[in-house]
Amino acid sequence: MSAPAQPITSRAGGRVAWRPNFIRRAPIRAAVIGICLLWTLPTLGLFVTSFRNPRDITTTGWWEALLQPFREAQWTLQNYQVVIGSEGMGNAFLNSLIVTIPSTIIPITIAAFAAYAFAWIRFPLRGILFAIVVGLLIVPLQMALIPVLQLYSQNMWGLYGTFLGIWLAHTAFGLPLAIFLLYNFISQLPRDLFESAAIDGASHFQTFITIVLPLSIPALGAFAIFQFLWVWNDLLIALVFLGVGVDQQVMPTALYQLVGNRGEQWHILTAGAFVTMLLPLIVFLLLQRAFVRGILAGSVK
Amino acid sequence: MADAHRAAQREGLGSRLLAPIGGVVALVVLVLGVRLLADPLAGQNLLASIYDALGNDSGAALLRRNQGDVVFAKLLLIVAALIIGVGGIWLLYTGLSAIVGLASPRVQERIIPWIFVLPALALLTVYLIYPTIGTILASFTTGTGGDPFFHYRLIFTRGDYLALFRNNLIWLVVGTSVSVGLGLLIAGLVDRVRREALAKTFIFMPLAISLVGASVIWRFVYQWRPEGLPQYGLLNAVWTSLGGDPVPWIQNPPVNTFALIVIFVWIWTGFAMVVLSAAIKGVSVEVIEAARLDGANERQIFTRVIVPIIKGSIITVATTIAIAVLKIFDIVYVMTGGRFDTDVVANRMFVEKFQFFQDGRAAALAAVLFVAVLPLMVVNLRSLRRQGLGS
Repeated sequence: MSAPAQPITSRAGGRVAWRPNFIRRAPIRAAVIGICLLWTLPTLGLFVTSFRNPRDITTTGWWEALLQPFREAQWTLQNYQVVIGSEGMGNAFLNSLIVTIPSTIIPITIAAFAAYAFAWIRFPLRGILFAIVVGLLIVPLQMALIPVLQLYSQNMWGLYGTFLGIWLAHTAFGLPLAIFLLYNFISQLPRDLFESAAIDGASHFQTFITIVLPLSIPALGAFAIFQFLWVWNDLLIALVFLGVGVDQQVMPTALYQLVGNRGEQWHILTAGAFVTMLLPLIVFLLLQRAFVRGILAGSVK
Repeated sequence: MADAHRAAQREGLGSRLLAPIGGVVALVVLVLGVRLLADPLAGQNLLASIYDALGNDSGAALLRRNQGDVVFAKLLLIVAALIIGVGGIWLLYTGLSAIVGLASPRVQERIIPWIFVLPALALLTVYLIYPTIGTILASFTTGTGGDPFFHYRLIFTRGDYLALFRNNLIWLVVGTSVSVGLGLLIAGLVDRVRREALAKTFIFMPLAISLVGASVIWRFVYQWRPEGLPQYGLLNAVWTSLGGDPVPWIQNPPVNTFALIVIFVWIWTGFAMVVLSAAIKGVSVEVIEAARLDGANERQIFTRVIVPIIKGSIITVATTIAIAVLKIFDIVYVMTGGRFDTDVVANRMFVEKFQFFQDGRAAALAAVLFVAVLPLMVVNLRSLRRQGLGS
């Protein structure tokens, strides 16, 4: 066969192959659609139920409501009113904000300063100290809970049940990972940047603010999203250090309380669960790419 | 930046003293802010004193009793928390740097790195190093008879503790293998369809949901009612329409442990899929084409070419998920509280500490968890470093 003929036959072959290919791919496509459906159904059920009348919820399945969506009497916003108001979810939402925002920004700041020093400043014991910090990654949270709680309960500290106490706890537990990740990033920045800054007479503080921070935004953002989700969704640390008092309880503890007190009242549980999921889902849908990076970077915690 | 620095040098002594004074002020503000926030009712008190200043005595009195404009106090606290929490940490570093700026350059060069690392080291010492040692020591406290291994002997011999390890092992094996296996399978499948990103979004989304939220979602799926009543839980509705009797999925061992593992798998499969999908995309087209020319079919290409190439990523994913599975707490705590033969180590540790007040036993369980996680973590960190997942 002559050379120019080749692309033509292969293209023709491609065309012929199109139909069988389509049919061969159909099962794969069906499988993917099926899996997506299966993965979404539980959340969809929760979402639909949270807008239904309490009476309807226990007499028919939520899927039946979807079959006749225009029967208006079955839909209501009352569940959300109850949950946000009298069940205290609105208050818990505010508490979660108070807990989460500083618990995200404080560890990133502390870790970024430390990571810069470990990566670019010479000082005694640098290697050993960095090894210890990374080594602490292997310590499960459970090892730290009881002694820290004992410290918190002493009068001198008095940090039990305070927002300051939980910020410090989340900060410290997030630090090894944050330093590890930010060190990996900051140590890869080009050496020339730091040398020319030093020649210009910039102090380490100035170098950090004007060079390291702006260049590290991708890494800082990825870790910020991970830490935000981790803190927002955390139950264990909140239970141990904040407790279940109405004034301080965050969303996961509030939802856990609802499960205990309103076990079978699904109109309250479903609306409550959805309120807790709202912010993470918005973050997820808006910042999906950064979200993926953050999850990939942070999930060893 | 360099210009700014030279300008600062030109400005003479007066303005050079200004920065350190500002630094001291910053530190004082920080300490005062921290003291304010150490009070759980800080928002109410803050607003009450503002009301006092404005002459609204009744409003202030109500707030001090934690009544009245509590929501408003909460919003005020959010603002205060942001200013003190977020601003405070920056005040700490800028304040200290400004004070150190007084010293000669040589002394500065020695002190600055410590200012940068000491806050981190101090927190890690108080919150991780000291407690870890404390927990290990507490796990060896002697019981009756002066036996330092008292707690360990107990948890490794008594049946209800051995059941924990059995359950954790089931979680570890089933949870990890199903999450990784499904993630790998779905990653391979979505690679071949259009709208791949959309499909991945659906699978990945549960990872944004808290374990408590996921537990509520699945409690509703597993909802059980006696025969004859309408089944509004999805699983029992499907099950009974297929002719089965309604099953209390959460109460019946051993099926309930698997029902809980499903929740974990639902969340973590998306993680495995995203990492492995990225790895599959990294396999060079030439290698796949070569295999195809050799006559390999699609399935053989996947299992014999792609999977061996992405083995490193699979190990990273598997160890990450295995660590998460070993530490599983929330799902069990919310779904069953450890009843119905579903208890696991992390949940039992919590129960021992906060319901039975058995600190020694709780410490021993934590230490066992530590030892179990240790090898996985080492493998994980090694492969994470090699793959550069973090950067």
